[in-house]
Amino acid sequence: MSRAVSSAVRGAAAPGQPPVLEVDDLAVTFTRRGEASTRAVDGVSFAVAPGETIGLVGESGCGKSVTSLAIMGLLPKRGVEVSGSVRFDGEELLGASDKSLRKLRGADMGMVFQDPLSSLNPTVTIGTQVTEVLYEHRHMAKKDAVAEAADLLDRVGIPDPVRRLGEYPHQLSGGMRQRALIAMALACSPRLLIADEPTTALDVTIQAQILELLRELVQGSGTALIMITHDLGVVAGLCDRVHVMYAGKIIETADRHDLFARPRQPYTGGLLGSVPRLDAGRGTPLTPIRGSARDAIPWAEGCAFAPRCDHAQDDCLTEVSGSTIPLEYDGPGRELRCRHPLQYPPAATGATAVGAPR
Amino acid sequence: MTASLGNRRRERIDALAARAGALPEGDGGVSLVKSAFRRLRRNPVAIIGAVIVVVFLLVALFAPWLAPKDPYAQSLLSEVRQGSIPGPRPGYPLGVDQLGRDLLSRLIYGSRQSLVIGVVATVLGSFFGLLLGVLAGAFGGWVDTVIMRFVDILLSVPGLLMAISISVLLGQNQVSLMIAIAVTQVPVFARLLRGSMLVQRDRDYAVAAQALGVRRRRIVLSHVLPNSLSPVIVQATLSLATAIIEAAALSFLGLGNPDISRPEWGAMLASAQSVLSVRPQLAIYPALCIIVVALGFTLLGEALREALDPKFRR
Repeated sequence: MSRAVSSAVRGAAAPGQPPVLEVDDLAVTFTRRGEASTRAVDGVSFAVAPGETIGLVGESGCGKSVTSLAIMGLLPKRGVEVSGSVRFDGEELLGASDKSLRKLRGADMGMVFQDPLSSLNPTVTIGTQVTEVLYEHRHMAKKDAVAEAADLLDRVGIPDPVRRLGEYPHQLSGGMRQRALIAMALACSPRLLIADEPTTALDVTIQAQILELLRELVQGSGTALIMITHDLGVVAGLCDRVHVMYAGKIIETADRHDLFARPRQPYTGGLLGSVPRLDAGRGTPLTPIRGSARDAIPWAEGCAFAPRCDHAQDDCLTEVSGSTIPLEYDGPGRELRCRHPLQYPPAATGATAVGAPR
Repeated sequence: MTASLGNRRRERIDALAARAGALPEGDGGVSLVKSAFRRLRRNPVAIIGAVIVVVFLLVALFAPWLAPKDPYAQSLLSEVRQGSIPGPRPGYPLGVDQLGRDLLSRLIYGSRQSLVIGVVATVLGSFFGLLLGVLAGAFGGWVDTVIMRFVDILLSVPGLLMAISISVLLGQNQVSLMIAIAVTQVPVFARLLRGSMLVQRDRDYAVAAQALGVRRRRIVLSHVLPNSLSPVIVQATLSLATAIIEAAALSFLGLGNPDISRPEWGAMLASAQSVLSVRPQLAIYPALCIIVVALGFTLLGEALREALDPKFRR
């Protein structure tokens, strides 16, 4: 499809500032001997500007985490093929040497993982793990590193940081562990932070605290944040732009407000329709999406979401329409991959959309 | 906003707690090793194993002071006749062997041989095994393939046969006995550590360390390796037991020290064979020693496995 159009869309999101990260036509294929290869990520393109927060949203297995690992260069080398382009500050990361990638990771690009307990080494104290980054990238002396580590823990809201430095991960609460991981990721003030479902393993009150913390830390410093999540509440509270993924492809891109006000892809509409709302009347049933992510068909055969879609028609299938469905310009700041999107009446302030789930 | 509010509340609660003296003092943290040790102390099996092992170590260490007689001296030779070997009597609590030497003293000195062979063989075997395992686990790829095929070859030869061939190749002495036992231990340790490292290498914290730009050498040595060691520690304890049994077996077969007058449990068993019908105790006591010591190490090893295994953690 026309790349000029899509880059114009991206430009509109971040006026004036060159993006920190540009992902272009990224594809990841897993091959296993004796099995058909799996394309986990397929033609994903997006960009993140300094200080911007974008969300990658989708169900489990839609390729969100693989996208983030591919950006960081953390996918195993054997059996994985990554193509396309990932540029950090204009510098190509795919195919870059291990050494240069290692220097970027932790210093310029940080990552926070889903499960804080398993992301910390159980046999080493928190202090050792935090100072490790400081030695590696900021070449600090031991005394300075310990002081800085305590300061970092304090900044992410861990009480009594000096004592915590001497403790082991299993002695900390879940929220504190995630705070410690965030402290490690932010130790060198990276320009890009990828948070891969950072709140999934935490309980709801802690989730709110961690999100608040991430927001504060990112807003102050101009760090770009990629938030990977399946939680639309997180998206609503944090992200400027949202990319909805399904079966390895981006199917809808929009600013946060547009996306929540007028979802166009029936899948996005379905996701929003299956979230409980406070303003809905009592007893209003939720509208689930039929089937599960396993029902997706390959994009070469048609829209992967078609088997579960209430709006699907014959030409959603490639045999009928003769072409795969492209990601197309869909109004200012929006892109859409759908032949039969949800329609809204022209002046739809507060009106219910035709065919929209609510 | 909520964070600052949270901060204020937290400070207030902390202040109140400090006044009440309820704020826990920093306990400095309990490491996995410490908590494993705590669990170990509560396990009766571990206590039994540990007691046996400690007694064995003490006996081996203080043999010259504990043994009532010189293990080489043929003091009651005049009373040894065809078909009759003197049993227990004052000064000789377990009687003497067919050459008139005090059995108890020989058993006590024999523990030294078993300990030295067991420990040296296990240390040697685990050292080279771990070296191969670390190389294979850390580098992967063709290094891994080459090392593991080599280890497979070692493993495909039956342990005792391997030990016998090595003893024959290197000559009949104590050192070749230890090397022979060590060689049979190498593949066990190599495979164990490699497998354990492969598991740990894909764990989230290793990937997280990579995402922080930590050097690979550091990830392997300070993150992956320490987490991979607990099965190895268990195996080392169990290996001590096998090494002691194997040492006895090899010297029973006459592959140990050529000097047969030296007190050694396996050799004592071998020489007791000829007088088994006259005085079976000469075979029973050394056999019992071997069994009890091997049992002690096995019990301790099994208890360690439970203590170090996160699945058993409470």
